[in-house]
Amino acid sequence: MLLSGLASAAAATVVAIPGIGYLAAAACRKLKDQVDWVNLGPVDEFPENETRLKTFVNPLGQPWDGITANTGVYVRYLGRQSFEHQFQVFAINCTHLGCPVEWFPQSGLFMCPCHGGVYYANGDHASGPPPRGLYHCEWRVNSANQLEIQAPHLPTLQRTLRADQPVRG
Amino acid sequence: MFKRIYDWIDFRLGIRETFMPMLRHPVPREIAGPLGWWYVFGSASLTLFLIQILTGIGLALTYVPSADQAYESLLYLNYQQPWGWFLRSLHYWSSSAMVVLVLVHMTQVFLHGSYKYPRELTWLVGVLLLLCTLGMAFTGQVLRWDPDAYWGVGVGASMAGRVPEAGPTIVDLLLGGAIIGGDTLSRFFALHVFVIPGALMFFLAIHLWLILKRGISAPPKAGARVDPATYDSEYERDTHEHGVPFNAEPILKDIIFSALVVIAVVGIAAVAGPKGPSAPPDPTLPGANPRPDWPFLWLFALLALSPPSAETVIMLILPVALILALLAVPLISNRGERAPSRRPVAVLLVIFIYTTLGALTHLGHTAPWSPVMTAWSSDPIPTELIASKERTLSPLQLQGAVVFQNKQCRNCHSLDSIGGKRGPDLTHVGQRMTTDQLIDQVSNGTPGGGNMPAYGKQISPAEMTALVDFLTQLVPLGAAPARTPTQDVP
Repeated sequence: MLLSGLASAAAATVVAIPGIGYLAAAACRKLKDQVDWVNLGPVDEFPENETRLKTFVNPLGQPWDGITANTGVYVRYLGRQSFEHQFQVFAINCTHLGCPVEWFPQSGLFMCPCHGGVYYANGDHASGPPPRGLYHCEWRVNSANQLEIQAPHLPTLQRTLRADQPVRG
Repeated sequence: MFKRIYDWIDFRLGIRETFMPMLRHPVPREIAGPLGWWYVFGSASLTLFLIQILTGIGLALTYVPSADQAYESLLYLNYQQPWGWFLRSLHYWSSSAMVVLVLVHMTQVFLHGSYKYPRELTWLVGVLLLLCTLGMAFTGQVLRWDPDAYWGVGVGASMAGRVPEAGPTIVDLLLGGAIIGGDTLSRFFALHVFVIPGALMFFLAIHLWLILKRGISAPPKAGARVDPATYDSEYERDTHEHGVPFNAEPILKDIIFSALVVIAVVGIAAVAGPKGPSAPPDPTLPGANPRPDWPFLWLFALLALSPPSAETVIMLILPVALILALLAVPLISNRGERAPSRRPVAVLLVIFIYTTLGALTHLGHTAPWSPVMTAWSSDPIPTELIASKERTLSPLQLQGAVVFQNKQCRNCHSLDSIGGKRGPDLTHVGQRMTTDQLIDQVSNGTPGGGNMPAYGKQISPAEMTALVDFLTQLVPLGAAPARTPTQDVP
């Protein structure tokens, strides 16, 4: 009786440890700790005060992601301020429910096809249901004068692309 | 010869001994009559589920659950694999019919009070089966790996991301990675093919077992109240003395109805063809206009229409509350009248719920809140608003019409009901608003971040003058333009 109890408990343990370990690892696969910087090209490719959709293959994906690893961001070059290049880089995802916003240069607005969220050129919320402005990506200009951004994960309200950004605003 | 083989097997397996009493179990006499037609929806849902299993296995022989090849394998199924298009079509239409029949079955059980004592648990497990069915519908939509599928996952993740504290963790669980990609598809495939069907079959076995153990409820009679103290002995007496065996007439009705449903679904599948995939799941493709499949259109509409301040509550609390309410039904009322004629609240509830769902689904289908992204470039201004015998526009007004198109006003505003529906139709705006009001509206938008964005910074003074000059003359022929009471009559 005791022996069979001990034997089944031991069996359950040796099966459960790797099983639970695998499931936990697969279920809660952590975002990579190191930061991947993506090169978006030379700064002069971005005309001042204009917004461009820039696409790249997201390094945060898996090798078998195919075209779903393609990622788009909207880049707006604000010119130089005190000799430093100034950019705004927005994730394509609407802050309401993540649908892809489309840029309309004529009216200077981003519009979302799902529930009608609208944003201004600077990413601020203009109208519709979104609770905040577009998500900003971290960017930098490297020594070769090229724009780089931190590879964006799927941004959500509680996990934006910038640590210093307020959740609502 | 065959009989001897069968007897040989049956003696060892005990098929007759085990299953014949199940098939022959007595059911209330009325089910042999015309009232028995109320009882066919559950078995028809089961028949469609069997079709889903068979077509699903068939599709899994070809479908590649990998983000870089799923789309191509769907195209292969549609266009190259013999009968592949039909299998995909049948799988889709049969799933739609299954959602419909599960809802009809549930509504019938609710209206007839069949969930009352002693069948409360049958209802509870039935609610779980409904959730599994909807879970299959959503995960199945994701496997279609087109922009609707891709952005559908995005919407699901964005909703989950709003859960306080746990949000980001749930998003990780859903996506399996930092972005929607191969990991996401793999886990939705595992859910759709192993986890949810497994759960569904488990609950289904319990559901059927409960039906056998507690018997099929008799059609409700007004005045015949359910009393747990006496119900069992009365039911036992009625079915054993006057009942009919299930495998006589009742099962024939089930078979006939299921057969009609299958023929109808196969017919629709053959004529309508498979759904999608609409385009490759490239997240950078412009012009994506994601829409969920019809079982979720009501939710899509609700998310567009709920006020932003209450939105997170509606998104997170409402689904849980709805499920809890469904589960609570037999716990709240498990005795008393069963006849719909004596249960007006139940009938009104059904009417209310289906009216609401129907209205929301219709709205979700038309989506009047969505800007028509191509209206500005594809819907020209109706000719009669620009040039007709009675109306001649000045060059400035014509310039204004061009500004109106170029600034994407048409995406939200229609002229002659062509264009977006998010904002009001502007065919006769000149009759409602004066020059000053229009300038204010266009430059400042709706105050407080309302429906209309402020155009002040994206429109030059010259463009504004032209635009407003065009808009103010948009009045019905012969009608006077709007004016403020303090204004002199021109």
